[in-house]
Amino acid sequence: MARRRKLYTNARLLDPATGLDVKGALLTEGDRIVDLGPKLATSSSFAGDTEIIDCQGHCLCPGLIDMHVWLREPGAEHQETIATGARAAAAGGITSVVAMPNTDPVIDEVALVEFIARRAADTAVVRVLPAAAVTRGTKGEEMTELGLLAQAGAVAFTDGDRAIANARLMRRALSYASTFDLLLMQHCEEPSLAKGGVMNEGEVAARLGLAGIPAIAETILLERDIRLLEVTNGRLHASHLSTRDSFDAVRRAKLRGLRITAGAAPHNFSLNEYDVGDYRTFAKVKPPLRVEEDRKAVVDAIADGTIDVISSAHAPQDPESKRLPFAQAEFGIIGLETLLPLTLELYHNGSVPLLKLLACLTCNPAKLLKLESGRLAPGAPADLLVFDLDTPWRVDEKKFRSKAKNSPYDGRRVQGHALRTVVGGETVFQRKREG
Amino acid sequence: MSASRANPADPAAPRPTATFPHRHLLGIEGLSAQDIQVLLDHSDRYVELNRAVEKKQSSLRGRTIINLFFENSTRTRTSFELAGKRLGADVINMSVATSSVKKGETLIDTAITLNAMHPDLLVVRHQDSGAVALLAQKVGCGVINGGDGSHEHPTQALLDALTIRRRKGRLEGLLVAICGDILHSRVARSNIHLLNTMGARVRLIAPPTLLPAYAERMGVEIYHDMRKGLTDVDIVMMLRLQMERFHGSFVPSTREYFHFYGLDHDKLSFAKSDALIMHPGPMNRGIEIDTEVADDIHRSVIHEQVEMGVAVRMACLELLAQHLPNWRGTTPPGM
Repeated sequence: MARRRKLYTNARLLDPATGLDVKGALLTEGDRIVDLGPKLATSSSFAGDTEIIDCQGHCLCPGLIDMHVWLREPGAEHQETIATGARAAAAGGITSVVAMPNTDPVIDEVALVEFIARRAADTAVVRVLPAAAVTRGTKGEEMTELGLLAQAGAVAFTDGDRAIANARLMRRALSYASTFDLLLMQHCEEPSLAKGGVMNEGEVAARLGLAGIPAIAETILLERDIRLLEVTNGRLHASHLSTRDSFDAVRRAKLRGLRITAGAAPHNFSLNEYDVGDYRTFAKVKPPLRVEEDRKAVVDAIADGTIDVISSAHAPQDPESKRLPFAQAEFGIIGLETLLPLTLELYHNGSVPLLKLLACLTCNPAKLLKLESGRLAPGAPADLLVFDLDTPWRVDEKKFRSKAKNSPYDGRRVQGHALRTVVGGETVFQRKREG
Repeated sequence: MSASRANPADPAAPRPTATFPHRHLLGIEGLSAQDIQVLLDHSDRYVELNRAVEKKQSSLRGRTIINLFFENSTRTRTSFELAGKRLGADVINMSVATSSVKKGETLIDTAITLNAMHPDLLVVRHQDSGAVALLAQKVGCGVINGGDGSHEHPTQALLDALTIRRRKGRLEGLLVAICGDILHSRVARSNIHLLNTMGARVRLIAPPTLLPAYAERMGVEIYHDMRKGLTDVDIVMMLRLQMERFHGSFVPSTREYFHFYGLDHDKLSFAKSDALIMHPGPMNRGIEIDTEVADDIHRSVIHEQVEMGVAVRMACLELLAQHLPNWRGTTPPGM
């Protein structure tokens, strides 16, 4: 039987919530952190009843929290299951994932939230936190039982990849959700402007003869929702933003004191519309890969704190959904196993300090979701990540744990990866030494 | 090259004198001026052959060409069929029934199935941009794009260029207006690439709703007013209003469209007096082009375009066939 106490020694402790960045050790007991710091007694004084884990100088931070993941179960288990998605998350250093409600059936009832929680408890190696739909069937017509769903364990409310287009309904949802201080997450895309579009509206789409999704489709819906926030006192997270104008809108809204936060996905800061190349369907995603100026705007917005959260937007697709003419292929990129290294690119190229990036992956989402995890503090859950910051490697789709392989990053050279992922004190992933 | 234009009646030896370095013809984008020159020069020779009584050649004897059309077409398919048969190939037409998602699912399977039958060349038309290139990755034979979505229609641009070159003696320096539904037009995209590569100046004339966003970055001048746009042009290329591709309202009515953008004698009077009128067909008379203008034998080269189409397609088929295994070269006709 595993010993209850574990000491992680010889670590570079990184806690973005407090700004801690120091060499030291961390002690857990059961599923909680007990103590940490540079002066924590050396391993010799813990002999016997304590398991010693030597981090060999690598980074130790809170386990990552991914606010935007499609696990496809129930309904599309051939693309991903809660079990396979959770294994992929663990390999990516992620200890909590928020599961999008766009499954079949849609997670819009108490029993379904409970189903996800039960399946997760039975099959998942990381924490799976269900998000519930804002509208029944994500049809955008009728509000779900937000309060009861929250009581059942839904950590946030969203129609996932479908925008809540009806302004009156959105107003009411924000207003009603404020009763319980619930978090609404919006996919900012005005459907009537984006309809039929398959990639960013711009030079590349014009050349390829593909219908475009204009940048204003995002900004218009975002600005509408910001107006609605002003009159509702709601709490809104704009899931994935991708344009300079959107970030300007968020900056202004934050200055006015509105309760808005913004998220971004790695593809919107690591790729641009040229990565669609000659109809690469693996680069078909929403929000679409934008122009280079917008890509840089995402990086700037992370650096200045306009973006609070980086999440993978992990959207598994089977080969039959992607091996199609571009217009017919499904949207989506998998991202659980590339979230950390792609985010670290911004550290390695000097764009954003390390702790700021880690905050977007740990304490910031924890705060939005009202989780105890996401920080290194005595009493907090022992959800931990030991990661190698520097080692270069090459993304190889054959090595993904995810059932799906739809990643545009196959072959990309990246730096840094998870070495050990710990959920509730238990190691759920440990990287084998390669080569 | 100029000799062959001046005296194209030299059917004795329409053999490829230069080579075309590509295995497929998927688009005009990416072709060099030299590539286009080779295709046009070779096409020129077939024009005279096609006017002769004995039209049959044997350079593709024993070869199999499959015309794979996922989208309805009469003229392009017939043109390719004639071209293949005149070169002595066996030509099979396949029209794949169309029902949006279904056919997409079968695209790669269809490609693999056909590939197993060992065709030498495939001519493919598909309603989705990029579909022909996707199919070309899955087969071992040469592929010609017969039109993919709103992307490219390379043989149409080549036949347009051949028509212009034979009438005007050159492409370089000409001022060409492409008018109408640019947004949905693969013909427009291929023509823009070709004309830019060959040194012509291109104007696009259309309401903003029928232009792709950022069209100006394609190296063209944009006009929204027909009369201004047509001023002093050498060539007027009209496009078909592709109502079947309209998702939503792009123009208020065909009546209004014809009023502002339909080509009639009054608007045409702003172009050069010897300006040629072209149209890739099929025409919507009374919507984008006035019947009288379309039938004006002094100005309209619409029927000539169709004629050039067969010659261009013969040239394309033959030049791609050079890359096939066991290519024995052209056998001159009558031997």
